Amino acid sequence: MAEVERDPVSGRETTGHEWNGIKELDTPVPRGVLMFLIVTHVWAIVWWFLVPSWPLGTTYTKGLLDIDQKTTVEARVIEGQRERANWATRLESEPYEAILSDENLMNVVRSSGRQLFGDNCAACHGRDGRGRANYPDLTDDDWLWGGEPALIEETLRVGINTLHPETRIAQMPAFGRDQMLDREQVRSVAAYVYSLSHPDYSTPDNLDRIQAGQEVFATTCAACHGENGEGIRDVGAPNLTDPYWVYGGDLDTIIASVHGGRQGHMPTWDERLTAAEIKTLALYVHDLGMRQP
Amino acid sequence: MLANLTSSERQTALVLAGGVAVAGLVMAVLGRSDVLGVHGVIVMLCGGFVAWRIMSSFYAAEPTQDRSVSYYDDPIKAGIALAMAWAVFGMFMGVWVAAQLAWPDLAFDAAWSSFGRLRPTHTSGVIFGFGGNALIATSFHVVQRTSRARLAGQVSPWFVLLGYNLFCVLAISGYLMGITQSKEYAEAEWYADIWLVIVWVTYFILYIKTIARRNEPHIYVANWYFMAFIVVVAILHIVNNLALPISWGHAKSYTIWPGVQDAMVQWWYGHNAVAFFLTAGFLGMLYYYLPVRAQRPIFSYRLSILSFWGITFFYMWAGSHHLHYTALPHWVQTLGMTFSVMLLVPSWASAGNALLTLNGAWHRVRQDATLRFMMAAAVFYGLSTFEGSFMAIRPVNSLSHYTDWTVGHVHAGALGWVALITFGSLYTLVPKLWKRQGMYSDALVEVHFWLSIAGALIYVFAMWNSGIIQGLMWRTYTEDGALSYSFIDSLVAMYPYYIARAFGGLLFLIGTIIGCYNMWMTVRSAPHAAPERDAPVTPATVPGE
Repeated sequence: MAEVERDPVSGRETTGHEWNGIKELDTPVPRGVLMFLIVTHVWAIVWWFLVPSWPLGTTYTKGLLDIDQKTTVEARVIEGQRERANWATRLESEPYEAILSDENLMNVVRSSGRQLFGDNCAACHGRDGRGRANYPDLTDDDWLWGGEPALIEETLRVGINTLHPETRIAQMPAFGRDQMLDREQVRSVAAYVYSLSHPDYSTPDNLDRIQAGQEVFATTCAACHGENGEGIRDVGAPNLTDPYWVYGGDLDTIIASVHGGRQGHMPTWDERLTAAEIKTLALYVHDLGMRQP
Repeated sequence: MLANLTSSERQTALVLAGGVAVAGLVMAVLGRSDVLGVHGVIVMLCGGFVAWRIMSSFYAAEPTQDRSVSYYDDPIKAGIALAMAWAVFGMFMGVWVAAQLAWPDLAFDAAWSSFGRLRPTHTSGVIFGFGGNALIATSFHVVQRTSRARLAGQVSPWFVLLGYNLFCVLAISGYLMGITQSKEYAEAEWYADIWLVIVWVTYFILYIKTIARRNEPHIYVANWYFMAFIVVVAILHIVNNLALPISWGHAKSYTIWPGVQDAMVQWWYGHNAVAFFLTAGFLGMLYYYLPVRAQRPIFSYRLSILSFWGITFFYMWAGSHHLHYTALPHWVQTLGMTFSVMLLVPSWASAGNALLTLNGAWHRVRQDATLRFMMAAAVFYGLSTFEGSFMAIRPVNSLSHYTDWTVGHVHAGALGWVALITFGSLYTLVPKLWKRQGMYSDALVEVHFWLSIAGALIYVFAMWNSGIIQGLMWRTYTEDGALSYSFIDSLVAMYPYYIARAFGGLLFLIGTIIGCYNMWMTVRSAPHAAPERDAPVTPATVPGE
């Protein structure tokens, strides 16, 4: 055991212990540390008296302030509902025309709807609602099931191809894969459909194929997409004559759609969002299209 | 490594390695229809490889010297090499997952490389792989030197080191295959957990037997901390991992803890893993290597006592601060919060004791990057323990919880404290252990120091910014009382900080790779030091008292 020495730097004595050359000074615990220790302990004890803290068998000390996180959060929820009450009840109860014509109310729709859209819809339709490949653009003028707020609300409520009992159902059959059309018919009907939105495609070279496709279209496709290919919104069949496409409007993608069919999916929000939230979103999405230049 | 074992010790080692290989075979057969079978094969190969190594020099010459007159340094050397290898792996995974957050396409659309699977390979890689091996290696070194006694076993140190690394391999390979208990920092499944219990209890017995044969009247502070680390980690690990496997042939198990009790047990574990693995163990390192490098006595023995008992007592209560504003009863949250605040005093007492020890050695801190590593570690330790106590206060936590602020806080501790103290300790230890005059290149130590500091600061500042922005965006309402931002809005706001964070992590990783190179070159080519007496006290060397 080493001797007690005096450290020349600090002037303190060592404890006389030594391990592998390491010594220790016998410095007393600094007063600041003790003060700090007392302050934190006093604070903790005071806090224990004020709020729920120590367990007592099957119960616990409730604290003098009578605070509990459950009652606190319940009060906050009620307070939040009260703040929103003036517009929330109006959104819920008033008809769409009245809301649409009230600019103040529509400003609330634009701010709260943006947050709802971001948290629930943006994953597929994009933050700006412009969609991406395989997910429809909600800002354009083209609608599968209709762009009126009431129709959008219905789409949100029941979804498309969901398990909801009232779900909207739409299926484009796999004409090629399921051998309803042969390879040449698929190609020609695709050429016809492509020509609907691309008039300059109807060159003399392509004319035979387009005409053959038109016949196939009349017997096979018109029932859903309409005789002129302008779509039928009641069955969710898209307009094929405009420049808006969900899956892509180039010739190869159209061939793929006719060959393999399409069956999109939009979730039902019936039980995930409140009726007021669904209505807010319907208005918000409707408004997105209206604000489009 | 086998040259130091006698023939009967080689037999023991062979039986152990063979036993592991057989256990692996049993796992492979029972789990043949499950991913457990893959782990069985891995265990079998690991056990078989070690058995083959033992057999290939089984009849080599036995040690002729009396081994009790020298310290047992072979497992320490291997532990340092393993720690640095895991550091590079774990930090690389960290940079990868950080980059995935900024550029999600870096998941390459594969299951094994998705964020959810890679993230625990980073956390386990750095905490258990790097941190754990560094702790085992340095604890073996410190306990021998401060007890002036050789380790109380020839085979058991190897069993602890290699067994522990087998656990790490099982844990991390399991995450990539989707095996997880979904408990943070305790993801490894039941069979790996049982194996770790066996290894850890061996570690405990080895350590306490070595202390029992010490030739010093007192047990040095560093050993208190290493003992606390070993004992408490055993308790935490066993209690949190109590689980029922769905069958002997499946990796999947269910925890025995129900509902909110499971959450409480998990965060009692989680927080004390921070306390006893990432704090107590590394304070053990600090208490030995800092005074040795600074050549100064510890500032205050009394402060050491106060902070040791403060840390061990208060940390045990603090875990519930991870569950503020949850289904956990309010009173449990109050206890977690108040004990977290009281914990600040002993934590700062430790940091202060380390920094005040440097009084009289500040000129060395200026010149010696190795000592500066340890000084900076103590500063980061003080900062992150203050931050931790602050974030444990419920209203503060309501802003910080679930945000990147938490991630920044963890990394202030992990990069700034744990990694820096480890690098400082290893730069002190490597030349001593391999009997070199110093590190191969002091300039590279200096480069490593500044890369680490820059990386840690960039990381922490990026996460402070992004965390507080996130927290504020989540709680901002419009004047109509609706939320102002969607979650995805906050995500878009994080983008620049995620890039900065990945860059900070990359600097830290580059520093670590430079450290590896420097240690490798030190072992290979640094000039030998003149022999100094560094041996246990034996009857022959003790003068009459």
